[in-house]
Amino acid sequence: MIFNESQALTETVMHAPPPEERVLDVRGLDFFYGKNQALYGVDLPVARNQITALIGPSGCGKSTLLRTLNRIYDLYPGQRAAGEILFNGENLLGTGDGGGGDLARLRSRIGMVFQRPTPFPMSIYDNIAFGVRLQRNVGKAEMNEIVERSLTRAALWDEVKDKLDKSGLGLSGGQQQRLCVARGIAVEPEILLLDEPASALDPLSTAKLETALVELKSSLTIVIVTHNLQQAARISDHTGFMLLGRLVEFRPSSEAFLKPETQAMRDYVTGRYG
Amino acid sequence: MALTVPGLSRHARRKLANYIIVGLATLATLIAVAALVMILASLVINGLGGINLHLFTMDQPPPGEPGGMRNALVGSLIMCGGGMLLAVVIGILSGTWLAEYGDGSRLAAVVRFLNDVLLSAPSILIGLFVYEMVVRPFHGFSALAGAVALAFLATPVVTRTTEDILRLQPNALREAGMALGAGKGHVIRSVIWRASGSGLMTGGLLGFARISGETAPLLFTSLGNPFLSFKLNQPMASLPTTIFQFALSAYDDWRQLAWAGALIIAIAVLSANIIGRALARGSKNT
Amino acid sequence: MPTDVTIDAPRGDTVRGKSRAHQQDAWFRVLCFSAAMVLMATLAGLIVSLAIGGWPALSKFGLGFFTSSEWNPVTDNYGAAGPIIGTLVTAFLAMVIALPLAVGISVFLVEFCPAWIARPVGMAVELLAGIPSIVYGMWGLFVLAPWFAAHVQVPIMMHAAPGSFMDRWFSGVPNGANIFTASLILAIMVLPYIATVFRELLLSIPPYLREAAYGMGATPYEVVGNIMLPYIKRSAIGAVMLGLGRALGETMAVTFIIGNSHDLPNSLFASGSTIASTIANEFTEATGDMHISALIALGFVLFLITFVVLAAARLLIGRERV
Repeated sequence: MIFNESQALTETVMHAPPPEERVLDVRGLDFFYGKNQALYGVDLPVARNQITALIGPSGCGKSTLLRTLNRIYDLYPGQRAAGEILFNGENLLGTGDGGGGDLARLRSRIGMVFQRPTPFPMSIYDNIAFGVRLQRNVGKAEMNEIVERSLTRAALWDEVKDKLDKSGLGLSGGQQQRLCVARGIAVEPEILLLDEPASALDPLSTAKLETALVELKSSLTIVIVTHNLQQAARISDHTGFMLLGRLVEFRPSSEAFLKPETQAMRDYVTGRYG
Repeated sequence: MALTVPGLSRHARRKLANYIIVGLATLATLIAVAALVMILASLVINGLGGINLHLFTMDQPPPGEPGGMRNALVGSLIMCGGGMLLAVVIGILSGTWLAEYGDGSRLAAVVRFLNDVLLSAPSILIGLFVYEMVVRPFHGFSALAGAVALAFLATPVVTRTTEDILRLQPNALREAGMALGAGKGHVIRSVIWRASGSGLMTGGLLGFARISGETAPLLFTSLGNPFLSFKLNQPMASLPTTIFQFALSAYDDWRQLAWAGALIIAIAVLSANIIGRALARGSKNT
Repeated sequence: MPTDVTIDAPRGDTVRGKSRAHQQDAWFRVLCFSAAMVLMATLAGLIVSLAIGGWPALSKFGLGFFTSSEWNPVTDNYGAAGPIIGTLVTAFLAMVIALPLAVGISVFLVEFCPAWIARPVGMAVELLAGIPSIVYGMWGLFVLAPWFAAHVQVPIMMHAAPGSFMDRWFSGVPNGANIFTASLILAIMVLPYIATVFRELLLSIPPYLREAAYGMGATPYEVVGNIMLPYIKRSAIGAVMLGLGRALGETMAVTFIIGNSHDLPNSLFASGSTIASTIANEFTEATGDMHISALIALGFVLFLITFVVLAAARLLIGRERV
């Protein structure tokens, strides 16, 4: 045994940003896959216009936590969450699904990029236009502008500007993932959730993606799940460390990696666990 | 955010469109379920009254006299049994060839393709084919011709299911058998087939379900026979052809018999289907 | 199971055993191969026998076999335009009715309904596929046709002005046995096949694609309409062709309810015939050689049509599906 489990579970450290800076505030969140509980009383403060990273060993619940934030888990019967997720002060878990309409509105304000690149089977241009067209009627000129701006912000414009009418499936993995980021930010969400977005990418593509994310900070809030500690250290402002369905340590990233306070995170960061 | 337009907001319109489509899809499903319920209900209402002991113990009556469908039931059992016997042998062997031997070859691709076409080919054409191949050369309708026609219909089903089931068996199983020094054929017969037992049963049941309600190919192969017959070289009655004849007749008691017969066939086919599918699910889960 | 092949025999005396086992394996392989060839021969034999059997009629009447609608066993003149048109029209109408229903059902089962409903309802739809066609025929003849005559045809007859649109396209003997009711029955029969394949195709869509679409803020309808249905388009067309193939060749149900007239149908509610129903009705009673040959020629035509449709369906659907 590398660390004392009961100690890891009782010892928690929270250095949360002040309440007025939080755009999203998770309080006492429990999550269940059928009868199996996956999250236990998780608190997660997410500061506006900053990058919050969630790290931890496989199966610790970091992806599960992310998937509650836009209620994507609602697609699967048997999965449910209890507790509070305050989004600008409004509890996301309090609203019904409203026949799909209200959740659709929520998800257009809290976008998501998945572990695997998920371009839709249509052209690069239409991939980006898809979400925008759902929200409002957009003229050709304005749409062109949105497509260019989104692709530029996702650091993809130069690579695809000559083949916007080609299928998104023809791009490389790294390009596909940046296309998904561009697609996600085209609808101008307040928050973008990323679930291990770089796990399938080569180092160069990863670097491009990270640069894009840091630049996006000025206009939106990012929550990113990653198993790559260097990545979390490089780009995030706050880091939450999760273990066995609990949030064990939450601190500004600048300190978290240098001097972890809990034994569990110290073990994880030094590679002794996970 | 959502553009405000006179009347409904965009968000409300999207929600409304969603409700309408969900409503239409639900309606489509209700229509299909209603059709099933109506058909089964009329089958039970009209058929149940005709189910009695006479149905199984007496032969086809002249109009206006009591009778049953014993000759047709026996005929159906004989011809379906014979057809299945042929179909199971040919189907399992050819399915085995497709899954184990022909894999990857162009010939196998062709056979597979043709089998898939045969799977949904019009059954009446099989009847014509057997008429040309068996009835005409031997100068007469016969139970044997009927069984052959049914076999041609069931074989593609058995072949397809066999191939699918054998493919589900892990290669490790084959390799383990071969590693003991057994030949490929021996491994297939004593390991792979045994491991696929319930799946092969499924193929048989689905094949049986396919043919037991078939009428068209029997019309001009086994023809029909108002008397109980066990002779394979003579015309033989079958449940579907007798129902066809009775249903289109002008006599109420014949029509009553037709409904009762239809109920029996439906029960047989549906239960073969249900058991077959249940077996298939079971074998895929293990 | 053969027990005489010992696979763990001692090294020394395996020569005979091994070669026997080897021989058995070779025979087994040949046996399997022959069975597969029987299958191929069946289809080849089907084509050849229909072509040979139909040749006398085809060569005698030539193109007239397809263009003339005079089908007269008394004068031994056979023009098959009526049954051929009837086959195409009923199958086409059946697909027009069945397709939207199949899309609705599959989408409902996969995307819109709670899991505890999807299972039993999915079963019910599959059961529909298991009902023998003769049962559909009886239901059509004794339940659907009288209802249709009384509640659709008679009111139209009473109210449609002579020469009006309704009179032109929806007139016919009010007995419920006509092209339209036959198409309706066909639609119910092919519906479960198409809906089941659609459903499997929808279920095979990778979950991450679905999540991504919902993650963009699309409503269920938008996810289905913009992402999921386009994704399965090609295979779905294959499934439709498969249904069409079945509708073209369906015999008994149609024979019960189409009215069996060899004339070219002149309205939707006119009685007609299909290739399959004509063969089923006349083959056993046909006495003249030319009559029999004409019926087999009809079968040959049906075979060609369905073969093309089914082959296209298989190529579009690919191997994995039903």
